[in-house]
Formats: sequence, C-alpha cells, structure tokens
Amino acid sequence: MNINLTLIGQSISFVFFVWFCLKFIWPPIVNALEQRRKKIADGLAAGEKGHHELELAQKKAVELIREGKEKAAEIISHAQKRHDEIVEEAKENAHTEGNRILASARSEIDQERLQVKEELRQQVALLAIAGAEQILMREVDKKAHKEALEKISAGL
Amino acid sequence: MTSEHGASTGHDVLTASGYIKHHLQNLTYGKFPDGSWGIAHGVEDVNQMGFWSINLDTMFFSIALGLLFIFIFWFAARQATAGVPGKLQNFVEWIFDFIDSMVSDGFSGRNNLVGPIALTLFIWILLQNLMDLIPVDWVPKLAQIIGIPYLKIVPSTDPNATFGLSLSVFALVLFYSIKVKGIGGFASELSMQPFSPKNVILKILFIPINFLLEFVNLVAKPVSHSLRLFGNLYAGEMIFILIALMYSAHFSLGIFGGFLQLGWAIFHILIVLLQAFIFMVLTIVYLDMAHQELH
Repeated sequence: MNINLTLIGQSISFVFFVWFCLKFIWPPIVNALEQRRKKIADGLAAGEKGHHELELAQKKAVELIREGKEKAAEIISHAQKRHDEIVEEAKENAHTEGNRILASARSEIDQERLQVKEELRQQVALLAIAGAEQILMREVDKKAHKEALEKISAGL
Repeated sequence: MTSEHGASTGHDVLTASGYIKHHLQNLTYGKFPDGSWGIAHGVEDVNQMGFWSINLDTMFFSIALGLLFIFIFWFAARQATAGVPGKLQNFVEWIFDFIDSMVSDGFSGRNNLVGPIALTLFIWILLQNLMDLIPVDWVPKLAQIIGIPYLKIVPSTDPNATFGLSLSVFALVLFYSIKVKGIGGFASELSMQPFSPKNVILKILFIPINFLLEFVNLVAKPVSHSLRLFGNLYAGEMIFILIALMYSAHFSLGIFGGFLQLGWAIFHILIVLLQAFIFMVLTIVYLDMAHQELH
C-alpha cells in the first residue's frame, strides 16, 4: 500500500468523468426519457379520448337509428291514414256519382214514359176517333164533335 | 511460467512468493534516491520513491475504462430519441433508470450533480472490477513481451484508485455540508451530537467528547468507503493469483485449479457488482447526509 501521485491522478480523472457525464451524457438521456414519457402520456390520453369519442358516436348512432325508426313508423302511419282517407273519399265519390247517374236515368226514364204516354194517348185518341168513325160511319162531323173528341182524348 | 519474470525482476525467481509479489507490484514511475527517474523494481524501490511517483498501470487502465464508459454512454446519449430506442440506448436507459431510482430513493435533496456522480462511479468501478475476471497472467504476460516489467490491470486493487474516489466524494461531502448547513451548522453538527444535555454547562463540557466522536465518525467514512472496495477486490485478486499458482504445480492440480478459478470467477462476478453498487449507494448516502439540515 503505497499512496502516491496516482491518488491525485485518480481524483482528477474522476472529476473529469463526472463533469463529462454531467454535461454530455446525463441531460440527453433525461430529455429523451422525459420526451418519451410525455409521448406515451399523450398517446394514452389520445387513446382514452378516441375511446370516449367512439362511445359517444355509438350513442349517437343508436339515437339516430331510434329516431329513424320513429320517423319511418310515423310516415307509415300517415300513409295508412291517407290511404284510408283516399279509399273513403273514393267510396263517397262513387256513391254520389252512382246516385247521380241513377237519378238522371230515372228522370230520363220518366221523361220517356211521359213522352210515350203522350204518344200513346194521341194514338189512342186517333184510334178512338177512327173506331168511332167506323162505328158511326160518316155521320160524325169532325168540326161538330171536335170538342167532344178533345175531351175524350184529354180524359185518356 | 515464472522464468520470464526473472528476466525483469532479478529477484525471487522461480518461487511462489516471487510470482505473487510480481503480480502485486504496480508499474510505478518515480525518482530513485540516486536522482534518476525510472520504473520501480520491487517494493523497496517503491517505498523509496515515496509520494512523488505514479502508478502508470493504474492510471492507464482506469482512464481507459473511464473513457470506454463515457464513450459508450455518450454515443448512446447523442443518439437518444424519444421514439423506439435501439439496443444500445435500451441498455443505457436501463442502467440510467436503475441509477436514477437509486438516487431518487436515497437522496432527498435537490442536486443535479448526484445522478452523474452515481452513474460515473457505478459504471467506472464496475468496469475496473471486471478487469479482475480476466485471467491474471494474460495481460501481464503480453505486457512483458512488449517490455513492460510489471502490470496490475485491476485499478480498484490499487488503494490509490479507491482513495482517489472516496476522497473526491469526501471533498464533495465537506463542500455540501458547509454549503447547505453553513460553517456554524456544520460545526454544531460535529460538536452538539450525539450528547446534547439541556444544561448549558454540561453542553459545553460535552463539546470535546462530541467532537471527538463525530470527527472519528466523519474521517472513518472515506477510509472505510475506499478500503471496503480495495479490500474486496484485492482479496479476490489474491485468490486468483493463488489459484493460478496451481497451474505451475502439477497437471492434476492444474485441472483442479481450472475448476477453482471458474468457480471463484463466477462468485466474483457477484462481488464485482456488489462492491460497485455499495460504493455508489454509500456515495449517495453520504451526499444525502451532507444535504440534510440539523434535526
């Protein structure tokens, strides 16, 4: 065990190595680790955020689907109602149209019957006159009996 | 095996004790009593040289290993990215995290210097200790071939190296003690503890006793700090040398020695790591004590 200058040489080299370590080795490693820590923290936060957003989106999607279904049901019920209305209206229209056609047919028939009645009456009158002429032979003066004939024909 | 040693040492050739002495001799450069400068041959020369000599082998290997440490770490730190780390960066960060957790556990003050000190000490001492695992004859024999008579490749088996570290740490402890507590605070820490009676006269009476206790306590720190490392590594080195002696004895003893060396080397890995770790932790603890205010 001889203590000599090596002691001082060792101390000097120790101080140099510590200085070098302090200046050039420690700070970059600390920085790199700190940055990585931050990066990882950011990444985790972003992941958390994404997860949260996904949850929100899912909730929104469910909401939208529910709304869509409601709307569709509403539209369908509207359509149903409208359909019923249209059918009802058509029925109504058909009914009134039928009535109208029936009424016009009836009035036409009545008219025709009146006409036919008139014609028949005239023909009957003529036939009656012809019959009477046949029966009475030329005795009947048309002018003299006109009044009576008209009375008869009106009575028919 | 020892015949080559004889060529350079000139004494105790071919004996076991000569072999051991040769292995425990540093390459010391200094001034001989007759005024010439040169390499010391043997313990007597070293003793005569006294303080003004230098162990070239210790300096060379410790500085080389220190440069290896700062180069590897600087290379990794220069390329350090926050993204996916490479293998080297991963390794360096692993060590960094380990040191950093030790510092944050053991050191309660705020000082940016403690981390780098702990990192430097741990890696540097670890590398120095690991030199112990290189078979004891390899490097000295190579050195002899190129003409270097003595070589101890494990710097931490040189008390100069371990005291150099522990006294540097001690200087920092004194500096921070005075800086944090003030000269008065530091002095009162040395003289008002551990006996602190309420009575003023008793208190004054106890000052020398307290000072004696605390002063011994204070001085014992760097001594035990460095001797612990030195002693463990020196003993380990010594056992390797003794095992290596077996190779020159007999063939069967040589094979047995081979197994012994392997076993001791495996066990020594533990010591090597543990001593580097203990040195670092004690440094952190001492610096922490220096930063603590009086309770």
